[in-house]
Amino acid sequence: MERKYLDFEKPLEAIDKKIEAYAEVKKGGQSNGENGTVGLKQQLSEKTKEIFSNLTDWQIVQLSRHPNRPHMLDYVENIFDDFVELHGDRCSEDDHAVVAGIGKFRGIPVAIAGQQKGRDTKENLFRKFGMAHPPGYRKAMRIMHLAEKLHMPVISFIDTPGANPDIQAEENGQALVIAENLFKMSLLKTPVLCIIIGEGGSGGALGIGVGDRILMQEYSIYSVISPEGCASILWKSQSAAAEAAKALRLTAKALLDMGIIDAIVPEPQGGVHRDWKKAFELTAETVDKHLRELKTIKTDELVELRYQKYRKTGVWLEKEAEENE
Amino acid sequence: MIFKRKKYISIEAREKPEIKKDLWIKCEQCGKLIYKKKWEENFKICMYCDSYGRMTAHERIAQLADPGSFAEQWGDMVSCDPLEFTGVKSYTDKLKEERQKTGLKEGIITGVCKINGVPCALAVIDAGFIMGSMGSVVGEKFTRAAEYAIEKKLPLVSVSGGGGGARMYEGVISLMQMAKTSAAVGKLKKEGLLYLSVLTDPTMGGIAASFASLGDIIIAEPKALIGFAGPRVIEQTIRQKLPAGFQRTEFLFEHGMIDIISKRAELKDAIGKILLVIHS
Repeated sequence: MERKYLDFEKPLEAIDKKIEAYAEVKKGGQSNGENGTVGLKQQLSEKTKEIFSNLTDWQIVQLSRHPNRPHMLDYVENIFDDFVELHGDRCSEDDHAVVAGIGKFRGIPVAIAGQQKGRDTKENLFRKFGMAHPPGYRKAMRIMHLAEKLHMPVISFIDTPGANPDIQAEENGQALVIAENLFKMSLLKTPVLCIIIGEGGSGGALGIGVGDRILMQEYSIYSVISPEGCASILWKSQSAAAEAAKALRLTAKALLDMGIIDAIVPEPQGGVHRDWKKAFELTAETVDKHLRELKTIKTDELVELRYQKYRKTGVWLEKEAEENE
Repeated sequence: MIFKRKKYISIEAREKPEIKKDLWIKCEQCGKLIYKKKWEENFKICMYCDSYGRMTAHERIAQLADPGSFAEQWGDMVSCDPLEFTGVKSYTDKLKEERQKTGLKEGIITGVCKINGVPCALAVIDAGFIMGSMGSVVGEKFTRAAEYAIEKKLPLVSVSGGGGGARMYEGVISLMQMAKTSAAVGKLKKEGLLYLSVLTDPTMGGIAASFASLGDIIIAEPKALIGFAGPRVIEQTIRQKLPAGFQRTEFLFEHGMIDIISKRAELKDAIGKILLVIHS
């Protein structure tokens, strides 16, 4: 895959190019490149640290959409064994924006569902940019019900700009299908673990995102509206997206502080897109830890705990009790 | 030939009849002037073109609850500003403004009442308060109404009308209210209690994609805008004008998403009839 660089990543591109050049020289048989690479790698690491220690929320938004970021199926291929993809909603069609199936995670049978984005225009048209229609949400739900029946945990990968906003989606009851997923996921009698691996776009993300543990990768986002959408409504200008991103508090860190998510999945230095292998390791580790915890909880208690988890969200003021959280 | 020139005298232009705002209103659909009192007696429906005006939550309760039967609950709950949201305007200022404009504390009123003699828990969204969007207070009060229904073994009736969906100013916290209210409807299911959802103009976004769509029975007023994405968002996406009637009650009814379309004047009886079948 061709490496792409965001504006603020540009300083890394120059160093990457130099390292690549040294590698070429080395391949050519001249061995005097070795020392130079060590120095350059050191330089790369320091520059990355410098850039990433001070990211703005808007930069994190851009990272969450980075074209080199691993997608749902990349995780499926690399951290699960024996994945079997299952198709269709048993009602109307197979929505390619959502991938669902069963597989093994470190020996444990699990059900997997998630939004899948494409890498190029052709793939993106096929995957609908990860924006599911009602059949996609129904397909995910069908696999979750299968998981419930067979006592398998559900692992849901969230990566979507939002639910598809077109005529067909409305005709087929987009709002209704998402509502039903929220309702049904709250009652699922099996552990549900959700991971945001890129964009957590509003109701479209939540539609497969009600669970016992909500995890977010370090540079992923979760938001009620896209920063661009918020900017055009409140600031009347899309160029205020950076300001809106800040106001919306959509980063993993902010959401962990607010108690909305349960844990942050750390990303390799420079983000998941710069080191897929490490990204898969770190993700698998965090999934493993939480899955183990969930496995120890009895089903009835699990469902009640899930209810309480959402029950306690929200902040308001009341006369009797001064403040609730 | 002599032409006689017509002589004109100038007359002062008659003063335009000024619309006395408190007595007359202009129908947003047909533009005709309507005597406000008559309009209100007619449930805010235009006598000329039959278009529905938006009712406030208080008006809706007065319409649906048996006279004197409504007792409000959790009426003093107000929003605070968890994100310390500052856009062009701060959330705190926006809340102040909306409270002043509507005279309400928040965008939902909850309580207990009787409808045609049957006791029920009632939650009514006011579309006028930050576009009837759902933040923490709307989510919490709806959930409490559902839990109260469970405690007292009552049916739950909700009336939705909100174009704003999940409230931006509260970020993901408002998104969580979609999950919370849907889970509360899940509890009602577990307890075997009826949930009847009434959809009025407009019911969109986060409210449509959570509790409002989860009624065991869904009744909608005619011609209400109901859907997930706003019409403008869809038009921008597909770069086409939307067909007339798209996302309206009748459109949804044809697509099998709604049980009953009820005219406003008959709404109370439509709800009452269902409650009577199940609860008497």
